[in-house]
Amino acid sequence: MQWESWSAFFNMGGYAFYVWFSFGLTALCMVWEVIALRKRRAEALRLTQLLAQD
Amino acid sequence: MNINWFKYSSPQTFYPLAGKMIPWFAWLAAILAVAGLYIGFAIAPTDFQQGEAYRIIFVHVPAAWMSMVIYIVMAGWAAIGLALNARLSAMMAQALAPTGAIFTLIALVTGSLWGKPMWGTWWVWDARLTSELILLFLYLGFIALQSSIDDPRRADRAGALLALVGVVNVPIIYFSVKWWNTLHQGSSINMGAAPKMAATMLLGMLIMALAFWMYTVAVALMRVRCIMLERERTSDWVKELSVQGIAGVKS
Repeated sequence: MQWESWSAFFNMGGYAFYVWFSFGLTALCMVWEVIALRKRRAEALRLTQLLAQD
Repeated sequence: MNINWFKYSSPQTFYPLAGKMIPWFAWLAAILAVAGLYIGFAIAPTDFQQGEAYRIIFVHVPAAWMSMVIYIVMAGWAAIGLALNARLSAMMAQALAPTGAIFTLIALVTGSLWGKPMWGTWWVWDARLTSELILLFLYLGFIALQSSIDDPRRADRAGALLALVGVVNVPIIYFSVKWWNTLHQGSSINMGAAPKMAATMLLGMLIMALAFWMYTVAVALMRVRCIMLERERTSDWVKELSVQGIAGVKS
């Protein structure tokens, strides 16, 4: 293990902003993409089912 | 083993197959990401030059790799679509573009967040950074061009041409740190040369890259299924699917 304590871990040797911003942004992009795709799929299914009911 | 690949080259047979593949790739991505993050944060040592800031490498380099890999795969699908007039190939190209654009954006922003503490500047117009920015514009151009043409088959052809012309940018990005004297550091991994970094750093980076790759496959399959539903809404197989869906059969 590289870290003496949790606070040392979160502090990232003084680079906390740069490191956590990078990882946070990456995670956020990925979560957002999956949520957006699920919404898109629900909408596409709703429209095809509307069309099929005619 | 003799698999009839052509059987899977039409949307109606690929759609259910893609649906079955998504959870496998999603789980692989999640497991690899957990392993990669554990190695990257708990096992990999502090860099003697860059301190802890170097840990950005575990998202920056895999994202930058994926931005280039996805572009090549996208252009490949576009080329097949153009040459064989295959609509599934064009749909695959279309499904990859947004994910490629997202990874390019991640590579640019995390690079900036690395550059600030290490170089003292968020941005420089050097060859590596500029060509990566051009890659983002190529992705956005591809997406905008496709969505601006109403006829999907014409949109596929126009997009494919743009994707193929833009492919010349990828080797420029890759070799930019060799060809020009740039502020960006040299490649983390050189083919044919021993890696200069600690083995655990390298391992963490490679596992994160694999995680991003699996993630890319999962979301591209999710998106291609949406595109199929949207573009083939009036076709019989989608109608059949909808009738089953209304009856409560999960697809």
